[in-house]
Amino acid sequence: MSDPKIEGYVFKPGFKGMADDTGSDQTMFKGVHWGKAMMWIFLLSDTFIFSCFLISYMKGRGSTIIDWPNPSEVFGLHVFGVDVPLLLIAIMTFVLITSSGTMALAVKYGYEKNRKMCGWLILATAIGGLTFVGMQAFEWSKLIHEGVRPWENPFGAPQFGSFFFMITGFHGTHVSIGVIFLFIYAYKTFKGHYDEGKRGWFTTMKGDYVEIEILGLYWHFVDLVWVFIFAFFYLW
Amino acid sequence: MDETKKQEQTTTHKIGIYLWIWGLLFVLSFFSYMVDWYQFQGLLRWSLILIFMFLKAGLIMAFFMHLFWERYALVNVLLWPMTAIACFIFLMVAEFEYTVFTRIFYFVVGG
Repeated sequence: MSDPKIEGYVFKPGFKGMADDTGSDQTMFKGVHWGKAMMWIFLLSDTFIFSCFLISYMKGRGSTIIDWPNPSEVFGLHVFGVDVPLLLIAIMTFVLITSSGTMALAVKYGYEKNRKMCGWLILATAIGGLTFVGMQAFEWSKLIHEGVRPWENPFGAPQFGSFFFMITGFHGTHVSIGVIFLFIYAYKTFKGHYDEGKRGWFTTMKGDYVEIEILGLYWHFVDLVWVFIFAFFYLW
Repeated sequence: MDETKKQEQTTTHKIGIYLWIWGLLFVLSFFSYMVDWYQFQGLLRWSLILIFMFLKAGLIMAFFMHLFWERYALVNVLLWPMTAIACFIFLMVAEFEYTVFTRIFYFVVGG
């Protein structure tokens, strides 16, 4: 367990600090909140899960000899009599980046113990995430109406549907879980739980603004995964 | 103890840096959308997609997730495992090339 109160430990930057941190026969990540270290480990494992999905998608798409559906047509929208390629996906990307920015500012204001600003920014992040999930639901229902199924679709290679639903569905689940936690944390911030050091539900840990940073790490990771999905699934 | 306290407090940064990164992310996303808009094809398309993707991912990780200011122990624990993913990608590229080769081969030659 990382305990901020390790006697006599002085943090040094660079590789010297890394050697001290890993090689002193004590604990690693000295002075780092254990929740933050564990969130990073979780995100690392999650990276492997999403990598496996994207690599299997690469393998599936690369090994089929039937033409892959053209994403910029499949995900295009027909607005005001014009076909706009990837319109919905572009809006979703901008919404997610906006919410990532508000989250980064929430973390900043959290560390400055600016309770109101932090709370409002987390709420804004939650609403951004909710908008994203809503648009994804719209996209899914549109494609399902057009006949896209995990085993077939009218546009091309039948594998398309299974990869699409699996990858975006898993990402959407992450966003949804994030939105739930964002609303909970917005409530806790407004109530001042992190100023008073009030304990959480499943922990004896005292509330602290570092929890906002941990939540922020998760939310930025969701945005990070979307960057890769956007590049490989929608643009490639 | 005072030292670690001081260390915790350096995690707050000026608002300008966040706004800059935010703006850059918007611009880069716009550029990657433009790749599709103008229907670039072939190597140009793939390299542009990858460049914008890695720039965006790097900015998010370095500044929004604070990795740029983080201790080396954490940065190394996070980034070295990515080499395993890179190896996996190379393995699977070889695999799908072999699969598509056998498929084409047996469609032409017959089972």
